[in-house]
Amino acid sequence: MKRFYQRAVKDILENRFLTAITVVTIALSIMIAAAFALFFINAGDILNIWQKGIRMMVYLKPDTSDAGRLDTKYRLQSIAGVQEARFISKDEAMKRLKQQMEHHSALLDNLRENPLPDAFEVILQPSARNSTELSFLAERIGALSAVDEVEYGQQWIQRFSNIINLFRLAGYGIGSLFFMATVFIVANTIRLVLYSRRDEIEIMRLVGATDRFIKIPFYLQGMIQGGTGTLIGLLVLFGGYYSLSTHFNQSATSQLITLRFFSLSICADIIVGGIVVGWLGCWVSLKQFMKV
Amino acid sequence: MEMTDITNDAIIRMFHVHRRYGAKFALHDVTLDIYKNDYLFVTGPSGAGKTTLLKLLYLGQSLSEGQILVDGINIARIKRSGIPLLRRKFGIIFQDYKLIPTKTVYENVALVLEAAGRKPRFIEKKVRSVLRTVSMEDRIKALPLSLSGGEQQRVAVARAVVGDPKIILADEPTGSLDNESAGVIMAFLDDFHSRGATIILATHDKELIKKKGARVMHLRDGRLWSDTLS
Repeated sequence: MKRFYQRAVKDILENRFLTAITVVTIALSIMIAAAFALFFINAGDILNIWQKGIRMMVYLKPDTSDAGRLDTKYRLQSIAGVQEARFISKDEAMKRLKQQMEHHSALLDNLRENPLPDAFEVILQPSARNSTELSFLAERIGALSAVDEVEYGQQWIQRFSNIINLFRLAGYGIGSLFFMATVFIVANTIRLVLYSRRDEIEIMRLVGATDRFIKIPFYLQGMIQGGTGTLIGLLVLFGGYYSLSTHFNQSATSQLITLRFFSLSICADIIVGGIVVGWLGCWVSLKQFMKV
Repeated sequence: MEMTDITNDAIIRMFHVHRRYGAKFALHDVTLDIYKNDYLFVTGPSGAGKTTLLKLLYLGQSLSEGQILVDGINIARIKRSGIPLLRRKFGIIFQDYKLIPTKTVYENVALVLEAAGRKPRFIEKKVRSVLRTVSMEDRIKALPLSLSGGEQQRVAVARAVVGDPKIILADEPTGSLDNESAGVIMAFLDDFHSRGATIILATHDKELIKKKGARVMHLRDGRLWSDTLS
């Protein structure tokens, strides 16, 4: 195997220009695809932060007794997906409303009686913070006898959920396109190398070299190129991320949101992916070339 | 003199071999035996089928009809994966040398042993020894294009013999060389022949054949015209 590595490295050095083109192309493709992935990861983080704020307001019927209220609380807490159900009396609700209205709170002083209903503020478990679970939970809670109305910003959550799904789909689509494009580019550059060395390959065959003996250094070349290109792409992307996050951290928004880069294990996965792409590109080229 | 009395072991046997390109026959119904340690000239005018005959032996081309046994193996039945093993039985010398221009003299010769999976230490020892035999030891680091035609052919001869093949196929090995260089190459081939190798040499150089005095197979229009001793 050592000899195959030596041959692969020697071939790379002998074909510096073609190798450089391949590595740069892989680096660019990986950088663009990884930039999208990084954007999706950070956008996902932001959406997660927003999703954590999702609460459900359960308004009780005006004539609900204390026993009925207690019963509703127990029932709410027994429903799967509910983390906590906190009672908010009509007086507390009015107090909150006044605080929120600040300078206009005097308007509320003229009311003869408090029109706000008693309610429960339901905090959900993370697994239930998606639109399907939410509508299911709302339906179940709405069916309780003491419950008058359930409110949870249905339309807003649906839109949110759609955005997340759209991001995810776009991510898969762009990732697949770049994967195919990179395989195609590697395959073509390896094919160029193969054509430039077809006489050499023919001579190797004539002196009794097996296909395996001829192919392995090419596979190693493809893998080295794939790995190197990916590493360079990631380093350039990290440089971009570092300068962007430095600017971002100086802004006010940074207190709410923190930009992050891929973890080391994800970086390793991406590099392995690049190596696989290099191998695959070689496989495509060699499969066609070695038939001849 | 007609070859009729040879009964010892045949290393190559050809039975009704045909090679067709479309409707044209490059070889037509050739049947012959080549024996261990034979020195065989294959001769005939250009287009007679000399190169085709050699190529069929190492499966550089496939048979259209017939059978060829090389060292007891029916090459028509060899699978693709078995071709390299067949080719290692031969040392092949080409008129245009077929050296890899980006590899040094040493690397060109060592390639045969590397392809056969031999150990690096053995390779180094063997390659140096063979290059010494063909007086090219002092040029091991040179690239082929920096060598003269005669030197390139000597490297090609070294590459052909380094794997200790049973059979050496030489296709017009002196065709593009001056008399002196040609003499050197022929002397090397004689040496390997004396060590037990079977030599099959395609040429249309009548002087060369006359000087050597060996078995001569004459081809004309793809047919075996005569098989004699010169």
